[in-house]
Amino acid sequence: MSEEKTLQTKAISAHPGSVPGRHMQREVEVCKMIDATTCIGCKACEVACVEWNDLPFGETTFDNTYQTMTQTRWNYWNLIKFNEHKRADGTLMWLMRKDQCMHCADPGCLRACPADGAIVQYENGIVDFQQENCIGCQLCLSGCPFDIPRFNPTTKKVYKCSLCSDRVGQGLEPACIKSCPTGCLHFGTKAEMKDLAEARAKQLRDVSGFENAGVYDPDSVNGTHVIYVLHDATNPEAYGGLPKTPRIPFVYTLWKPILKPLSLFTVFAGVLGMFFHYVSYGPRRTVPPPRKDEHGNDTQRPAR
Amino acid sequence: MTNGWIDIKNTDMMLIMGGNPAENHPCGFKWAVEAKRNRNAKLICVDPRFTRTASQADLFLQIRAGSDIAFLGGLINYAINNNRLARDYLAHYTNAAFVIKEGFKLPEDGLYSGFNEDTHIYDKSTWNYEEGGNVTPKGALVAAALTGGAQGIAGNIPGGARPGSVGSVSANVTGNQHASGAAANAFEQSAPKAHAAPAASPGSVQATQGGHGPQGGGHQAGGPVGAKGAGSGPAPVPMLPGNVAYDLSLQHPRCVFQLLKQQYSRYTPEMVERITGIPQDQFLKAADLFTSVRKDGDMKKAATIIYAVGWTQHTFGTQIIRTAAMLQLLLGNVGRAGGGVNALRGHSNIQGATDMGGVFDIFPGYLKVGNPTDTDFAAYIKRSTPTPSKPKEWDSFNYWSNTPKFAVSLLKAFYGDNAKKENDWAFHNLPKIDRRYSWVELFDRMYNGEVKGLFAFGMNAVMIGPDSKKNVDALKKLDWLVVCEIYADETSEFWRYPGTTADELKGINTTVYRLPGAGFAEKDGNMVNSARWTQWKNIALPPPGDAKVDQEILARIFLRIRDLYKSGGTFPDPVLAVTWAYSNPLNPPLAEVAKEINGRALQDVTDEKTNTTIKAGQQLPGFAFLRDDGSTLCGNWLYSGSWTEAGCQSARRDTSDPSGLGIYQGWSWSWPANRRVMYNRASCDVNGQPWDASRKQVWWSEASKKWVGNDVPDFKPDSPPQDHMGPFIMLPEGVGRIFAPIGNFAEGPFPEHYEPYESPIQNPLHPNRSTNPVLIQFKTADDKYGSVKEGFNIICTTYRLTEHYHYWTKNNPMNVQLVPEPFVEIPVELAHEMGISGGDNVRVSSARNYYVAKAMVTNRIRPMTIDGKKTYQIGIPIHWGYRGIQEDRDKTAHTPANNLSPTIMDPNAYTPEFKGFMVKLEKA
Repeated sequence: MSEEKTLQTKAISAHPGSVPGRHMQREVEVCKMIDATTCIGCKACEVACVEWNDLPFGETTFDNTYQTMTQTRWNYWNLIKFNEHKRADGTLMWLMRKDQCMHCADPGCLRACPADGAIVQYENGIVDFQQENCIGCQLCLSGCPFDIPRFNPTTKKVYKCSLCSDRVGQGLEPACIKSCPTGCLHFGTKAEMKDLAEARAKQLRDVSGFENAGVYDPDSVNGTHVIYVLHDATNPEAYGGLPKTPRIPFVYTLWKPILKPLSLFTVFAGVLGMFFHYVSYGPRRTVPPPRKDEHGNDTQRPAR
Repeated sequence: MTNGWIDIKNTDMMLIMGGNPAENHPCGFKWAVEAKRNRNAKLICVDPRFTRTASQADLFLQIRAGSDIAFLGGLINYAINNNRLARDYLAHYTNAAFVIKEGFKLPEDGLYSGFNEDTHIYDKSTWNYEEGGNVTPKGALVAAALTGGAQGIAGNIPGGARPGSVGSVSANVTGNQHASGAAANAFEQSAPKAHAAPAASPGSVQATQGGHGPQGGGHQAGGPVGAKGAGSGPAPVPMLPGNVAYDLSLQHPRCVFQLLKQQYSRYTPEMVERITGIPQDQFLKAADLFTSVRKDGDMKKAATIIYAVGWTQHTFGTQIIRTAAMLQLLLGNVGRAGGGVNALRGHSNIQGATDMGGVFDIFPGYLKVGNPTDTDFAAYIKRSTPTPSKPKEWDSFNYWSNTPKFAVSLLKAFYGDNAKKENDWAFHNLPKIDRRYSWVELFDRMYNGEVKGLFAFGMNAVMIGPDSKKNVDALKKLDWLVVCEIYADETSEFWRYPGTTADELKGINTTVYRLPGAGFAEKDGNMVNSARWTQWKNIALPPPGDAKVDQEILARIFLRIRDLYKSGGTFPDPVLAVTWAYSNPLNPPLAEVAKEINGRALQDVTDEKTNTTIKAGQQLPGFAFLRDDGSTLCGNWLYSGSWTEAGCQSARRDTSDPSGLGIYQGWSWSWPANRRVMYNRASCDVNGQPWDASRKQVWWSEASKKWVGNDVPDFKPDSPPQDHMGPFIMLPEGVGRIFAPIGNFAEGPFPEHYEPYESPIQNPLHPNRSTNPVLIQFKTADDKYGSVKEGFNIICTTYRLTEHYHYWTKNNPMNVQLVPEPFVEIPVELAHEMGISGGDNVRVSSARNYYVAKAMVTNRIRPMTIDGKKTYQIGIPIHWGYRGIQEDRDKTAHTPANNLSPTIMDPNAYTPEFKGFMVKLEKA
């Protein structure tokens, strides 16, 4: 990537109107390709992520596994999931899968977010959180089909992998990619990565005896900008719960196209109703307390 | 490594065993992945556990810790029976055809000929070649012995190789140094630096181990060193014959090939299964896959064997490596791109430490340390300079014949003008070793009160040795202890060892001095990696506070001691005579030291052949310029060429690789002579042309009458193929040693399976001679050994994790976050039987002591059937002790893993048995 590349915004959460500057520039879609079949679980990517993003250390405890912690944290965006998996022929596999934000083409978090500008999607595919605009409502957590965003109760903000948008914006690869010693992590355009992944999957099928080897790039979120090569693409769940068909909750898929206009319409209709009510009935006046005349009898206000 | 890290990408087949590179060498493991991705190479992983490496393997076999020789012996048997052999290579580049003396006996009963039951030392005189030249039967097809060898080796020998005409061929195949496979890394796993690493680098300079005694006298080859209980003095060392008898038909009943066939015919798949616990069908699958590179004798493919301290840390570790080297010679894989016997060193500079004499019995460049029989320099040179031993028609470079040049130049580097011909080059100043000074033995003497003080630099003594309690008990006996470290460690606070009582504390009178050392990023200098590259690094930050770099601390101590000696003392000469001509004597710049190690001319030196003259004062371009007349100085002949008049070669960073073989001639500098794959003459057939045209390393150019190539030829550059000089130039034979004669190895010329000292079974091969008959054991009150009868019924092995580096990173929050606590890996079935769940505290006990940590219940270790008995193995990572972030918060039990391991050693490399000892397991 050339150094002149900038991050061109494609979508902004809860932003009224069009995205400023959209289509001013054409950008390639970037993609991280993770060949889970050559990951050795060394955790260099975990360390690189913590260091580059300057995340504070946290406490961990032993949990009967080589996995650093059970799931990603607000200060730990990149986690290799270790899974012992028995194949049909009885042989063991030790699956290691780097788990992080998948940077969906159709990001559930962004759909769910009600705060203007808290989540943005760039033209290159990166989905990035802007913590200064985050209102801490945590709707993004429920919008994500991969269980990625994490809430920091102290700052009341949500965090996740940014695909190192700061590095990518400067023409560099993400920190995890740079640190990977076996070359299991690759970075480039989506088309290149897809080709690379398919070629590797074919090799696994033809040479290594993994007949179900394939590429994970789920259509249900219009594809992702992090894709995997898996020994068995028919069983992504074995890799630490990678969903076979990730789905954004129904309520959020309706949110933007239907619910949001609907609710806006409801609000508008209410206002309109009030207007006509005003026009029809005039302003509502407070009824004054009954007054007594000099005779001590209640007097009625004259009707209009 | 005989080859190098990058070269792994050229392989077609990997056997990774006794090592877990994906765990411990993740950056280097990249090349294994590249081979798989780019060449469809296969990876076979054999390990007691399903490791990170196993996760990448095409075939994983779970082996019982300590049964590796049985597995590799089984592979040799399979290769011979199935004719998966490199025929020409075997006949011409190994000693397969050599005839062994009458009286030599194979160890059917567990013993080779010559064993003395009282001294437990072998008389090795029958472990030798027979004198006599060509004894090939008349009319025999020279390849007849090779199963199914229809075409016969003869046809491939230039000039024809009919018996009788062999003389004209002078097929010269002698000597192998890898095959002698020194067990190098000793403590690598646990010793942060070199001190404890005995012997040479496996696969690199095994010549040191094998080749450089007169006819390869190894450590036990007689002489006081290694002569255990040698009250009556050592027997004279037998000599290798000058004209070896050989039978190119390989049919002579006493030829090496026939003996080898006989020796390993006992290692049947059934026997392999009984000993290793690997089911026959799985073993056969692996054997077929690995040897498939020589299917139908095709020589194009290459297979590599990759190992680390999983092989060295046994009472027979050196012999495991040797078995691997023999297998690689049989398959013709040594010297070839994508082949070799590749030791992965466990520390960033352990190779350098070994090269520079970090072991008690070698000087820099693997020169021998003198012993008391070396009454003068001439006696030392006579003892340590080999003479050729080969069929007289053959040729042998015998490069160690240059020993006098290396030795004189080294003495000039030590003593400068104080080393003169008239005073025997100050040889009398050098220490002579009257006994072994290996790490474990030093601590044994310390325990016995014979050692009064210790400098512990670059190692955490309590943690790295076997039997931590014994080490702590030994430190208690010291008058003083100096520890140079960057953290407060277990050694400098040895009194915190768990279980130390208040009374015991009162009894400790050791004065401890702590010196603030510098961290790796605060020092410059050369680091030598597994691939033998010397790489220069710069300082990133100056040492903080009062911390000082090692050389400054050492220089200040040395200069002070020298001042004290100036006013007299016992034998002050060695201290006063040392040359110390550095621009800053108190802190010698490492660049100056590196230049001194490379060597320079003291007078004009001329190379007659090339007519080049190096002027007095100039840096030498390489070891070919070294002289034995005092006109050159060199701190380590192997590193000569690393800092020439052209500057620091180790700092070169040229990324061009015209051959595409990953040779990178302009990147740093690789000893020896910047060649990247050792013994690369063997990458060519007898006519000097590459076995595989797609991986051309070196070749004979008929036009220029020279060896040329993409790599630097590891050979006499002008020796034409017709002369049949052997490719293994560091051995007096010139050919690879399938049979290691005389004193190269304490246990015998071929490896034999012996049980670990603590074992669940009696050796199925010879139950009455179960363990290594010549292993080294100790006899203090702390040296206790357990048996199954006493309840120690589980095999235990120890290892490192990717996330930690020995005993340092427990001081770093990032690493602690990755793996916060010690644990014990336990098979699901065993945990189930004992009612243990993941996360429960368990107590592991050996005859020595106990260890407490949390249980990691896993499917990655399976129960095994060993000799018919159900047997469990467990595994313990070694990284925790009683000082560190979690330790200081009392989040761990403070017990070091080496509480459990026994003080028992390999007799060749003096490596303790850190792997494969017996324990019992309880809930804690």
